Amino acid sequence: MTFPTVQPPDETLLPEISDASFAPVLDRRLGHLATLEAESIYILREAAAEFSRPVMLYSIGKDSSVMLRLAQKAFYPGKIPFPLLHIDTSYKFPEMIEFRDSYTREIGAELIVHQNREALKSRAKERIYSFRDSQGQWDPKNQRPELWNLFNSRIEKSESIRVFPLSNWTELDVWLYIHAENIPIVPLYYARERQAVVRNGSIILIYSPDELLPGERAQRIKCRMRSLGCIPCTGAIRSDADTVPKIIEEMISFRRSERENRAIDHDEEGSMELKKREGYF
Amino acid sequence: MPAVAPIERKESLAEFLQQDLRKDLLRFTTAGSVDDGKSTLIGRLLHDAKAVYEDQVASVKKSKINRSGGAFDFSLLTDGLRAEREQGITIDVAYRYFSTARRKFIIADTPGHEQYTRNMATGASTADLAGYSQDVFLRLERDFLSFASHLGISFVQCIPISALGGDNVVSSSENMPWYSGSTLLGHLETVDFRQARSLDAVRFPVQYVIRPDSRFRGFAGQLASGALQPGDVLVALPSGQETRVKAIVGFDGDSEQAIAPESIALRLENEIDLSRGDMLVSPSKLPAVSRSFSATVVWLHPEPLRVERPLLLKQTTRLVKARVRRIRHRINVNTLQNEPAEQLEMNGIAQVEVETNQPLFLDAYATSRATGSFILIDPFSDATVGAGMVRETFLDNVARTEERDRAALGVVLEDVTAEERQRRHGHKPGILLLGNRGFLAKSLERALFDDGFHVVVLDASGVLLPALRSFLTSLYSAGLVVLCVNASLEPQDLAGLSAAAAFQPDHVVDLSATDHRSNDAQIARRALSFAEKLRLSPDSNASQKGTPK
Ligand SMILES: Nc1nc2c(ncn2[C@@H]2O[C@H](COP(=O)(O)OP(=O)(O)O)[C@@H](O)[C@H]2O)c(=O)[nH]1
Ligand SMILES: [Mg+2]
Repeated sequence: MTFPTVQPPDETLLPEISDASFAPVLDRRLGHLATLEAESIYILREAAAEFSRPVMLYSIGKDSSVMLRLAQKAFYPGKIPFPLLHIDTSYKFPEMIEFRDSYTREIGAELIVHQNREALKSRAKERIYSFRDSQGQWDPKNQRPELWNLFNSRIEKSESIRVFPLSNWTELDVWLYIHAENIPIVPLYYARERQAVVRNGSIILIYSPDELLPGERAQRIKCRMRSLGCIPCTGAIRSDADTVPKIIEEMISFRRSERENRAIDHDEEGSMELKKREGYF
Repeated sequence: MPAVAPIERKESLAEFLQQDLRKDLLRFTTAGSVDDGKSTLIGRLLHDAKAVYEDQVASVKKSKINRSGGAFDFSLLTDGLRAEREQGITIDVAYRYFSTARRKFIIADTPGHEQYTRNMATGASTADLAGYSQDVFLRLERDFLSFASHLGISFVQCIPISALGGDNVVSSSENMPWYSGSTLLGHLETVDFRQARSLDAVRFPVQYVIRPDSRFRGFAGQLASGALQPGDVLVALPSGQETRVKAIVGFDGDSEQAIAPESIALRLENEIDLSRGDMLVSPSKLPAVSRSFSATVVWLHPEPLRVERPLLLKQTTRLVKARVRRIRHRINVNTLQNEPAEQLEMNGIAQVEVETNQPLFLDAYATSRATGSFILIDPFSDATVGAGMVRETFLDNVARTEERDRAALGVVLEDVTAEERQRRHGHKPGILLLGNRGFLAKSLERALFDDGFHVVVLDASGVLLPALRSFLTSLYSAGLVVLCVNASLEPQDLAGLSAAAAFQPDHVVDLSATDHRSNDAQIARRALSFAEKLRLSPDSNASQKGTPK
């Protein structure tokens, strides 16, 4: 899809352009999603060009789906020049693994799966290039200032840098982009009738009877996952949003929602910070 | 405390989505000293623009921290309650995102620096503390405009606001009936920010070469400025080869046009030599291709910047070795005065001259941010130690300094000897440095010319040291008397210049350093008597017709 371009807000503020053939070019400007897309593709290419063994962390979530599409775009018609790495914490839903395997096969991406008990966490204060020392530690005092779009990728052998190409995207941007680009996502994001229990105020999906605690009974609840980030605490939300536009509508209306009981905020580190986007290297 | 109202959406979802795609993206930042009220203002803006969730408002209400003196501390909406837990973290620019029906915004709320902008008279100057007085506002506006003009900022809009009271942030204030201009949000939603990137010529730094098979070669990168269409002629730098755009290829098919700052991939008509770090540009408006330029540098590292220290420089997609050859002066951020400096400490800003080992493709930062900005990296620690903005670039062939001899500086000494020229002119060549006395140069030029001298005035403002040496060498070799004004020269530069360019010591005089008590007439007299000593005695001045060799 191509994005519409933006007309300048007030024509009278513009300098006069004498050459008429130039006017259409100068009057056009990228819209906000196209601007974010351009910036993220730039970051992906920069990472691929400057690092010796880049790998893209792939969490199967919606942010990863967006990252994957951006990577396809960045290197088209070439293949994505780095493997995808899925850190499989083995808590994941079966739908996620299915989606992961079929989708990466479809687009011809190289996939590495790494079994690990602990999910990788990112810190809310990390920006675009996040420097990790030889122990893989993030030291806030040892981060590099980021100026313009000039990233410093110089590291020693034992050190690494985590790159966040979606640093400037909000959750709404991610959904708008998924809609605009028609990006496949794990079906768990869409509202369906699902087997679930309400536990501690959270809706927990139930795949087999042995997941039930004593006294619990599974019921059919129309619900969807808002985030697949933090397992196993991620709960589902009651929802009728079974298409992307409906999800977007739901997101916008969350602002006026009276819903106090929000399992959806569990994965946001502290309620004030927007969650660090999960798409990263 | 107004409650957060629901977002009004009268249009259908489809209309909303359509309209949303047409929004553009404006990034802005706060600036000011610590405690000037930056975070409070951003919090107020987010709140009144309905860009915060109800639970965020609720948790701020519940918070034990409240430095505002009012019912609600808006700064917490910006700084977050997590700030309590994360004290001691030094990366503290807070990014906030919000969007209105017209635009999407990315805000960088900065912590400010105690050492900076102290005299900007912002301290106790919010509209509420000033009693909503128009007089105070007009005075502050006048002060600020004059401050901004020193910084070379030409688009300034002053809005009287109070973050605490919410006056003129999102809604117009009833406390200031004398103000009829736009509110802060109104201004942000409508301001045209394209002046910031005024260059319309194509600058396309090659970032990545896409080569899926032997038949396809695509040049990927982000268009830094201008617009492109298939068929457009471009010049490749540094090779200088001409080429033509064959196609703008993309995942969604080929495009008819690309505009900055799109990330694109190009196929070219002919096979040319092009790789990462090279640049495709409009033939009608080329960037400077230069290894030497002056720049404003901000130093970001505890270990000070020293002249000649080895550095790496990254500009667009190019990484080269670099050195700062000279610190012209440091800029005092409070007074904006220039101060002499041997080195540059952390957070210091200075005008410097930079030299690189490979040519860069440069525009002045004022016309093109993307091709006029660079960062400096310490090659040993890999730290990002500085950031710079290009001011003037400088022709490459004259940039090569020290090791070059006179010939390489562009002076071709052929058959005619210096003595022959002197006999023709009737005087020896000379250089008079007059500092900033341009008016004096004008009257001296007339006087000397009328007196039989072959004389020129060289205005050296903005000319870098190597270029200046080259100009002076050329004019000197041509046997002329040069009145040089506005040269940015320190005494040690002058000595080096004279030695390297082989000027006769008694042919050069520096009248710029003259004790300021001497008046212009005295300086003029000294200049004339100096010139008189350059004159050849009448007997050696015999051949006005030139002497055949
Ligand atoms: N009177 C008044 N005080 C303000 C205003 N804005 C901020 N303050 C107060 O100034 C102090 C510093 O505010 P803060 O936003 O943290 O400043 P920052 O360091 O620039 O981010 C706080 O105590 C605020 O409540 C205002 O518009 N009027
Ligand atoms: Mg603050």
